[in-house]
Amino acid sequence: MSESARVFVSGNEAVALGVRLARPHVVAAYPITPQTVVVERLSDMVADGSLKTEYLHVESEHSALSACMGASVLGARTFTATSSQGLLYMAECLHYASGGRMPIVMMNANRSLALPWNIYNDQRDSLSLLDSGWLQVYVEDAQEALDMIIQGYAIAENPAVMTPIMVNLDGFVLTHTYELVDVPTAQSVDRFLPPYQTTNKLDLGAPKNMGFTATPADYTEFKYQQHRALLDSARVIEQTDEAYASAFGRSYGGLVQSYQAEDAELILVTLGSVNGTARVVVDGLRAEGRKVGLVRLRFLRPFPARELVALTRHARAVGVLEKNVSMGYEGTVFTHVNSAYSAETSAPHVLNFVAGLGGRDISRQDIISMFDQLASVDPTSERVRFVNLKLQII
Amino acid sequence: MSIDTKKAFGARDLSDREFFYGHKACAGCGGSVAVRLALKVLGERTFTVVPAGCMSAVGFIFPQLAFTSNAIISTFAGTASMLSGVSAAIRALGIKDAHAVGFAGDGATADIGIQALSGAIDRRDKIIYICYDNEAYMNTGVQKSGLTPLGARTTTTPATGGGSAARKKDMFEIVAAHGIDYAATASVGYVQDYINKVNKARTIEGTSYIHVLAPCPTGWGTEPDESIEIAKEAVDCGLWYLAEFENSDYRLNRKPKEFAPLEPFLKRQGRYRHLSASDIETIARYRDEKWRRIRRWDSQLNQDTHQDAPLASS
Ligand SMILES: Cc1ncc(C[n+]2csc(CCOP(=O)(O)OP(=O)(O)O)c2C)c(N)n1
Ligand code: SF4
Repeated sequence: MSESARVFVSGNEAVALGVRLARPHVVAAYPITPQTVVVERLSDMVADGSLKTEYLHVESEHSALSACMGASVLGARTFTATSSQGLLYMAECLHYASGGRMPIVMMNANRSLALPWNIYNDQRDSLSLLDSGWLQVYVEDAQEALDMIIQGYAIAENPAVMTPIMVNLDGFVLTHTYELVDVPTAQSVDRFLPPYQTTNKLDLGAPKNMGFTATPADYTEFKYQQHRALLDSARVIEQTDEAYASAFGRSYGGLVQSYQAEDAELILVTLGSVNGTARVVVDGLRAEGRKVGLVRLRFLRPFPARELVALTRHARAVGVLEKNVSMGYEGTVFTHVNSAYSAETSAPHVLNFVAGLGGRDISRQDIISMFDQLASVDPTSERVRFVNLKLQII
Repeated sequence: MSIDTKKAFGARDLSDREFFYGHKACAGCGGSVAVRLALKVLGERTFTVVPAGCMSAVGFIFPQLAFTSNAIISTFAGTASMLSGVSAAIRALGIKDAHAVGFAGDGATADIGIQALSGAIDRRDKIIYICYDNEAYMNTGVQKSGLTPLGARTTTTPATGGGSAARKKDMFEIVAAHGIDYAATASVGYVQDYINKVNKARTIEGTSYIHVLAPCPTGWGTEPDESIEIAKEAVDCGLWYLAEFENSDYRLNRKPKEFAPLEPFLKRQGRYRHLSASDIETIARYRDEKWRRIRRWDSQLNQDTHQDAPLASS
């Protein structure tokens, strides 16, 4: 295992440190709360010479990703970061980058969407773009943020994947919280992450036309290859996690991470930083003898359906806690979980907990209440439950 | 004046190679002439970005790909921003003697892509941005753009309503107002002037912008073999002009003593056929107004007429 430095930094700063270690050729970004610190730290690093990159201060998020695409197709390693309105502003480019098989790494600070305006955390921004062809990982803490920026390049640039990756951090909760983070040495990261090599690029020695039009005769095949690459990325994600563990001593278990789930009767499925609070709750309830556990979905693309079912099929009831709702139906993660169970002959009872919208706190008591609701689940009652809904003010 | 117009780029200097070949543009397409000629000036060490629009629609249909040098389609709004990324990668990867050139339509440039273009100029990214101006959204079936001229019929400004009521943004002045490193207007009707300007742009350390008038027989209602002549006539009758901007100075490359008559120029194009005599008078009035401005900023003329007047106060 290699040496490293321990620093006390915020999630945003951990991302910037990870980016510096990954040595991107080109960074293009546009500021938006709560991602701004990433943009600022990277600017500092360029100014003090510790990050050698072409840093483009672009005039919009559409341009940020568009510039990354222009650089990526020449074989450059690229980075951008955004959040919320900015993510939606670049929506067209998200599909473009994945369709063009450009292995861009982007940090997204999960934040609510206007209207009403709100700068605080939920996950409706990235979840609304699950279909954009990007890999999506949701990290739990600043350490995982740094690690997944570095791993993100290894995964995205893998020839079997060649797909951009979005590294999601809960806005403020993670981006602005300070933690002790292990920062690997540049040499050890260089060994783990060699420079980006590809023949799928615009090349003066071997000229190409890229980003073309495909007619109905070929379009499906391009999309199928992309679909396959995302499915195949599951294996690459696991291998990368293992390689990272042997290089740096930290493993996250691949697509999902479970906690006390093996013998649990009640399992809560989580996404992102709330898992930290939920773990404390599980410890408390376990001390009282209650068989509860957690499964954290690290990746939503590719979706770990098989892993999720294997980890939860024995439970009596499963709750899906998400900071999101697809209005007019249910939580998007909930839909995914149900779809994973649909191939099974028997499945646990499922409840959807919609919580934390627009930054509303999710307390330990809220999570205890979720387990209580799972314990007494009645198949005829409402499955989609808004946590702490203040009906009196509506 | 540092603009060197004496060093002409002759036909013999043009590459024999074809870099835009086998595309599906309509016969007589001015845009495809602009792309073909510019790539012959820039040569094979070129990365081309073309946004959604006619040139990408006719050039990039898999597996029939018409660029023999490196090329990519960008999003409709993303010509300049993708070029900025290409240019940044050229620097970061240490690629020597390479050009990043974009060919964008008038809509891609003056409307949806103006923000990215403005940003690239502001950063002085080393890119060559060429707007081929066919004065409407041709690829989607001839709808009005911000560069559709007064009176022109499009499918969204029908003749029954008098054609376009807007007067055409002046992109040349807009980019010049950024303090761009090099900007020029051109016309495929004045080929030598156009290729000189592309040749000039390749030497610029910073952003260059060339706005080339490029007739579209399909959208303008003209015959394919008239395109070059019409592009020339547009300049001669004063509805278009040939100019450059460099080091904060404007320069007119062609100073018409008197304008060729407007009416025959307009009436030979289907898009103007509905115009009345008074409509044409209005167009002439706006043209003259525009030329009063052009003559004011043309520094050469300035020096001729008001010896000591500084540019800014003229
Ligand atoms: C974001 C977006 N909006 C609209 C379109 C549809 N569209 C494609 S090309 C085009 C018109 C292009 O016009 P212009 O830039 O003038 O180029 P031309 O087709 O005339 O060569 C439009 C509206 C698109 N591709 N993307
Ligand atoms: S419609 Fe006009 S601009 Fe488009 S290819 Fe045809 S002639 Fe060229």
